[in-house]
Amino acid sequence: MTNLLSIHTIRFIVLLLIQVLLLSHVNFLGNINPYPYILFVLLFPVKNNRLIFILLSFLLGLLIDMFLDSGGIHAAATVTIAFIRPAALKFSFGAVYEHNAIKFGNVDFGQRITYITILVLIHHFILFLLEIFNFSKIFLVLKNTLFSSIFTILLCVLITIIFGGTNKK
Amino acid sequence: MQQIVNFILRNKTFLLFVLLLFVSVMLTIQSHSYHRSRFINSANFLSGGIYNASNSMSEFFDLKNQNKLLQEDNKRLKSILYNTKQTPDTNYIDSTNYNKKYKFTAAQVIRNSYATTNNILLLNKGDNDSIKQDFGVVSSKGIIGIVEKTNRNYATVLSILNTTSSISAKLKKTPHFGSLKWNGNSPNTIQLSEIPKIATVAKGDTIITSGRSAIFPKGIPVGTISNFKLDNAENYYEIDIVLFNDMTSIEHVYIIENKDAKIIENILKDND
Repeated sequence: MTNLLSIHTIRFIVLLLIQVLLLSHVNFLGNINPYPYILFVLLFPVKNNRLIFILLSFLLGLLIDMFLDSGGIHAAATVTIAFIRPAALKFSFGAVYEHNAIKFGNVDFGQRITYITILVLIHHFILFLLEIFNFSKIFLVLKNTLFSSIFTILLCVLITIIFGGTNKK
Repeated sequence: MQQIVNFILRNKTFLLFVLLLFVSVMLTIQSHSYHRSRFINSANFLSGGIYNASNSMSEFFDLKNQNKLLQEDNKRLKSILYNTKQTPDTNYIDSTNYNKKYKFTAAQVIRNSYATTNNILLLNKGDNDSIKQDFGVVSSKGIIGIVEKTNRNYATVLSILNTTSSISAKLKKTPHFGSLKWNGNSPNTIQLSEIPKIATVAKGDTIITSGRSAIFPKGIPVGTISNFKLDNAENYYEIDIVLFNDMTSIEHVYIIENKDAKIIENILKDND
């Protein structure tokens, strides 16, 4: 249990620092940045206290907002995907999730990509909607969502493959 | 009563989610209104310290370019200094040297951003260096933004690349003035609106600050006109300006304090 706790604490801090010091300065093709800090939310244990999980996600988003001076957009997006994660889990893993037996290290690759894609798309859509905050620029929102999502999904899949060994419970 | 408690207990996750979402959306809305208190900002001990440490490492790799920029600035200032008339008489005390209106403080950008629609910079000077809200920030090449929040050692700057900021600017050759706003598209160009149709505008014209606000002195360079057209009502020009500053690489900046800002504000307030 302490082992699991320390893994998630370290992951929280490392993802936060990598995000604010490195990945928010990528600015690929002008303004495309990946946001793989949400891996913390994606890889949080399935058996959890949902209240603590939602609070932790909110805290992570708020810290990112503090570093990037972005108001509360990351907090809003992160807390939303933390709330709807059970639905995404049920949709992507089906019966396995019902038995609470998911180990992210050994699920089917296709299912894992579906799961990551759903949550990343929702997160980025809310993020850019709140950042641009203007319904007349909805195409800019969709464009940013699409490009950033591709970048984030690629990075998330790569990170889960490379560090897959440590994710096993 | 029992039922209310039961309801809260049953839906506690959902209620917590709604509460947190509400808080974060409120913070977002707050940050979109110009100069309202941004509760969560990076001018604090934790994020300021971390950015400072990271910047002290990365600035090393940009030393060459920054030195070149500073040298150019020095060259320009020296040419002004030696081309003006000198007062050779050392006994003579020029009383106009006292009570200068503008005070400059050098600072370093420890976090720069230009990719979002609301860009904020972080400087390594704060209350301890008597930096306060609404001071102007310029670089050797031109205008950067306005100080927004300060703490003891750090200050956040509302960049001109921010859709909520608005700065008064004018054409260099005529006194027609308008306001600078950014449409969020490219970090090199910014938009000048409200220049009346009667003004003569041409591509390549220089735009400078107008000095109509208490923040920037008159004559700080902004950029050159790259494109212009009349707006829908055909009364005002909408002008695209290419900035002199490369907003994607700024390191050394100067903070301008207008010592008369308080007085000007008070007079304006009395008139309202």
